[in-house]
Amino acid sequence: MKNDIIIAGVGGQGIVSIATVIGMAALKEGLYVKQAEVHGMSQRGGAVQSHMRISDKPVVSELITKGEGDLIISVEPMESLRYMHYLSEKGVIITNINPYKNINDYPSEYDLTKTMEDLGICYYLDADKIAKEIKSPRSSNIVILGAASLFIDLEYESLQYAIKKLFERKGKKVVDVNLKALDIGYDISLLAKYKFNRQK
Amino acid sequence: MNKLLLLGDEAIAQGAIDGGMSGIYAYPGTPSTEITEYVQKNKIAKEKKIHNQWSANEKTAMESALGMSYAGKRAMVCMKHVGLNVAADPFMNSAITGSNGGLIIVVADDPSMHSSQNEQDSRVFSKFAMIPVLEPMDHKEAYEMAYNGFEFSEKHGIPVMIRLTTRLAHSRSSVETMPAKKENEISLPEDKTQFVLLPSIARRNYKVLLKNQINLEKESEKSPYNQYFEGKGSDKSFGIIACGITYNYLMENYPDNSFKYPLLKISQYPLPVKKIQKMVDTVGLLLILEDGYPMVEEAIKGIIKYKNANLKVIGRLSGHIPRDGELDPNIVRKAIPMTDLVRYSVPDIVKNRPPSMCKGCGHIDMYNSLNESMLEYGKGRVFSDIGCYTLGALPPFNAINSCVDMGASITMAKGAADAGLIPSVAVIGDSTFTHSGMTGLLDCIVENTPVVIIISDNSTTAMTGGQESHAFGRLENICKGLGVPEEHIRVFVPLKKNHKKMIEIMKEELAYNGVSVLIPRRDCVQILGKKKKK
Repeated sequence: MKNDIIIAGVGGQGIVSIATVIGMAALKEGLYVKQAEVHGMSQRGGAVQSHMRISDKPVVSELITKGEGDLIISVEPMESLRYMHYLSEKGVIITNINPYKNINDYPSEYDLTKTMEDLGICYYLDADKIAKEIKSPRSSNIVILGAASLFIDLEYESLQYAIKKLFERKGKKVVDVNLKALDIGYDISLLAKYKFNRQK
Repeated sequence: MNKLLLLGDEAIAQGAIDGGMSGIYAYPGTPSTEITEYVQKNKIAKEKKIHNQWSANEKTAMESALGMSYAGKRAMVCMKHVGLNVAADPFMNSAITGSNGGLIIVVADDPSMHSSQNEQDSRVFSKFAMIPVLEPMDHKEAYEMAYNGFEFSEKHGIPVMIRLTTRLAHSRSSVETMPAKKENEISLPEDKTQFVLLPSIARRNYKVLLKNQINLEKESEKSPYNQYFEGKGSDKSFGIIACGITYNYLMENYPDNSFKYPLLKISQYPLPVKKIQKMVDTVGLLLILEDGYPMVEEAIKGIIKYKNANLKVIGRLSGHIPRDGELDPNIVRKAIPMTDLVRYSVPDIVKNRPPSMCKGCGHIDMYNSLNESMLEYGKGRVFSDIGCYTLGALPPFNAINSCVDMGASITMAKGAADAGLIPSVAVIGDSTFTHSGMTGLLDCIVENTPVVIIISDNSTTAMTGGQESHAFGRLENICKGLGVPEEHIRVFVPLKKNHKKMIEIMKEELAYNGVSVLIPRRDCVQILGKKKKK
């Protein structure tokens, strides 16, 4: 078992917590983990990514080989496409659809969704809306993680465990709302799985 | 034994704590910052009262670490590659004084310049100083090298460099810790003149350093970090030398132990000459993988082209690997060569997204006022420095014309003013000012140079994640003490509502024929957010 995952977003959107949850869950299952991150506040507002590698055998490289990636999880639609060349032929993209527009030449909504539809390997969702509905706008990244959960070879319980551990310091309320975000994401993950299977 | 999921930086910090370190010294700098931060947060390090406070700059950090080593205790100093330029004087001379207590200099290089001005390779610097280098391949080695590095330093009486790159510094993996060693007691050097580099003593010490190189070379030959693998295949015509982390990029391309060529892994310098000789004598084609400069490639190749040579060396110099930038598994594949795996190209609609200043940042208000104030003088007069405000070079501001090294804004503005470009303006941050701006300000004061120095004060070292700034609560007194006239130290709050007032102040000082210091002061919005949460 080996999962090479790119987690993408804009500096400040909190991609690190997605990586942390996957990492903690993988360690709980006794898997090997390597995770390359982008650090420094100077990255704020810029494109950032994390290479998350989990495997039942020791992971060698810190970086994923381009063309070998299994999954891109993105909290921003344009950023989800920036690392496409990392994906293998089986690779898929799970991304938030809400654009973060801080550049002048940001593509139009039409171009963005058309590109994603044409590629046929993208599943997008409005995680911000879902997070607002459960009154926890900051949990949108966990919704996305939930939506990607069926594409990661980890037990769902391990992800739940990691969320509990990561947020326990912030109190039961925060833990519960993030578990809920993960659950809603999981339902979407079923739809995504269905969509990709039907395409095959 | 304890298993921890650590950044490469943190693995070094944990190794140093367990290795009996008594003090860590550093100035924040990506990608080295997390080493010191880890020690600052670590419970055991706190209980042991291991020194962990930030230094004003890399030079003061290096010197303090050398002082702790003088006193017989184990010290670590950490910096980014360009920080070593600041610390170059004590670094070079610490090779001549030698160490007493174990002394480790950690330098985090940044190939591909993820957040730096250049991609200089600290291995070259260490060769210049004749200081041995440990270059970890992974987190386990990073931990071990720090854990055992103090003893290595003590054994040979010389500081040791640990060189890592951004990729290892900022990636996480699990590390098994080892039992904690005791700290050293204070014990002064036997020879009380060891650290007195008077020419007569320096000449003697230098001979010791030169002689010591033989021992260090022997250490490199037998080091477990420098391993020669014969190769499982019968074809010995092709071999590879892989330095540090590049070993992983190589092996990534050979899953399930399928690599079969002769291989020399190098993670300790000076270079293991005998092992390299063996490789050179065995293979006809030799690929060199190194993250940074083609240092090993150059050493093996020399500068002469040999006709009829039996050996062909390929790497960055031959063009088989790009001359600049960080390596990765795909670059290694291409050089071997192996088939390209990339299936998708990035769609054209994906546009560049450079970092930008945060919404509500005080630097933005400062730049808006400065740009308007400078209109009457024209473009090209604003020298800046290293920090978040360097982003003022990008649209929509296009406000600054230089960013060279820590503190250079003030001194470059001075030089330009000396040349007749009056007024010249410097934009520098509070922490950068106390790092290397104060001495430049003194130069301006001595000559009463007409410059306007804007110390854009967000009361923190923001770019590296909000470390304490030595300038906090001290700026006005420092400027006064250095001799800036009190009426030309102008403090104000950079806010949109103060825009007009700020322009008024700036224009007044731009018209003044002497040294002015403007201090727009407002907390970094990120740090303010964190404070409020607490």
